[in-house]
Amino acid sequence: MRASPIRAGLIKVGDVTWFLLRVLGQCMPALARPAMIVEQIYNAGARSLIIIMLCALFLGMVLGLQGYDLLARFGSESALGVAAALGMIKELGPVLTALLFAGRAGTALASEIGLMGATDQLTAMEMMAVDPVRHVVAPRFLGGVIAMPLLTAIFDCIGIYGAQLVGVAMMRIPAGTFWSQTENAVGLSDINEGVIKSLVFGVACSLLAVYEGYHAEPTAEGVGLATTRTVVSSAVLILMLDYVLTAAFL
Amino acid sequence: MSETDHAELDWLIDVQDVAYSIAERNIFADLTMRVRRGAITAIMGPSGTGKTTLLRLIMGQIQPQRGRIHVFGEDVAALNRSQLYGLRQRVGMLFQNGALLTGLSVFENVAFPVREHARLPESVLRELVLMKLQAVGLRGAADLMPAELSGGMARRVALARAIVMDPEVLIYDEPLAGLDPISKGVIVRLIQSLNRSLHITSIVVSHDVREMSQIANYSYLLVDGKVAAEGIPTDLNASDSKIVQQFMSGAPDGPVAFNYPAPDYFEQLLERH
Repeated sequence: MRASPIRAGLIKVGDVTWFLLRVLGQCMPALARPAMIVEQIYNAGARSLIIIMLCALFLGMVLGLQGYDLLARFGSESALGVAAALGMIKELGPVLTALLFAGRAGTALASEIGLMGATDQLTAMEMMAVDPVRHVVAPRFLGGVIAMPLLTAIFDCIGIYGAQLVGVAMMRIPAGTFWSQTENAVGLSDINEGVIKSLVFGVACSLLAVYEGYHAEPTAEGVGLATTRTVVSSAVLILMLDYVLTAAFL
Repeated sequence: MSETDHAELDWLIDVQDVAYSIAERNIFADLTMRVRRGAITAIMGPSGTGKTTLLRLIMGQIQPQRGRIHVFGEDVAALNRSQLYGLRQRVGMLFQNGALLTGLSVFENVAFPVREHARLPESVLRELVLMKLQAVGLRGAADLMPAELSGGMARRVALARAIVMDPEVLIYDEPLAGLDPISKGVIVRLIQSLNRSLHITSIVVSHDVREMSQIANYSYLLVDGKVAAEGIPTDLNASDSKIVQQFMSGAPDGPVAFNYPAPDYFEQLLERH
């Protein structure tokens, strides 16, 4: 009897939730080894910096261009700073950082864990009475969750700088206007919204990456499929959660 | 079942009438076999007969659909996770490809189980690891990474890791597969000497009939999910079962057929499309 896609999807949601509980249960023992967590923050976060910073800069510049063009129709060019900053902090920063994270760090996580499974390393750990979820999965999960808000903050800053680069240097909006209006408009609640979104996306992306890697078929093809599934399901989940969270904050 | 004092047990591993199937395919039908304390027991059989599946059943990674497996007198299927982990600490396992942790050096790989399960001062741990590496002849390779090791060396490091916690049972999954004659000789010698010097029980899953005949105290030949023959190596060589003779001599055709089932050759060639 072939399972219908809906039934298969629901089974997967249950499976992932169960796995999340198992990983969370192993997070406290994993925190007893801070060196491993720091190493995973480096792998997930520091190694993603180049792509995050480059994309943030160009996105900020595009935001500056498009925003200026749109606001000019209403004679509100001076509000470019506000538009760029709020758009970055509340929406584009968390979402795009999460998507880039899923593409770079998420696939690296999934393939690393998948390869460990394919080469019997996870089974060897089980046979040595070491829980692979505690030793391998939980530190990587925590590393991703901690790295995501940090990467988002860097993305926001560079993105706003990119918008400023276009607005002030190219479009000749006075720098004082740009920054003072931004400072007035952006409040703590906006920043909180961005931080909470980035944390939720961090949990979602890291969880899907470690789940797909851990449950990958132990073959080369299986690991490849797992990395593809990581990106696809992360992208869909991020955008779904984004809608839910945005609606909740408004 | 109350815990039996394992010091009195003659049979450390006892497999009774085990049946296991996966996705409609029967791997084991009525498997019964025992492993005696202190002996080197060989498990042989054609490829795909389920030898590795048997090891996974013994270690509690999977559960049989029928039958019982007792390890150290305890029913493996009835153990909870922490009891299972306790049992696994008394059993060392050597995987076919070594399964070394690729991110750790040779030294750290061997030290891994000790770091996880014991609180030893670093100096004591260092001596322990060096002693185990010395036993397999690789003390000088302690600082190498797994990627820098040959296949035979990786397997020896994995062996050092398997014995670092002084297990009572050592399981070898195809330890000689893919090795050159010299490396094979090294591993065979190690299996024998470790079994003797550490007073352990060894189970070796292998195809290599000749090498197993040299070192095994008792052998099982598994075919189609059952024990086709068992006994001391000379018993198997002298057996008049056709399947045993084919396996022991390496004949290409016999009860295990050369040709995969197919329609009539002549008819298939002349088929019009």
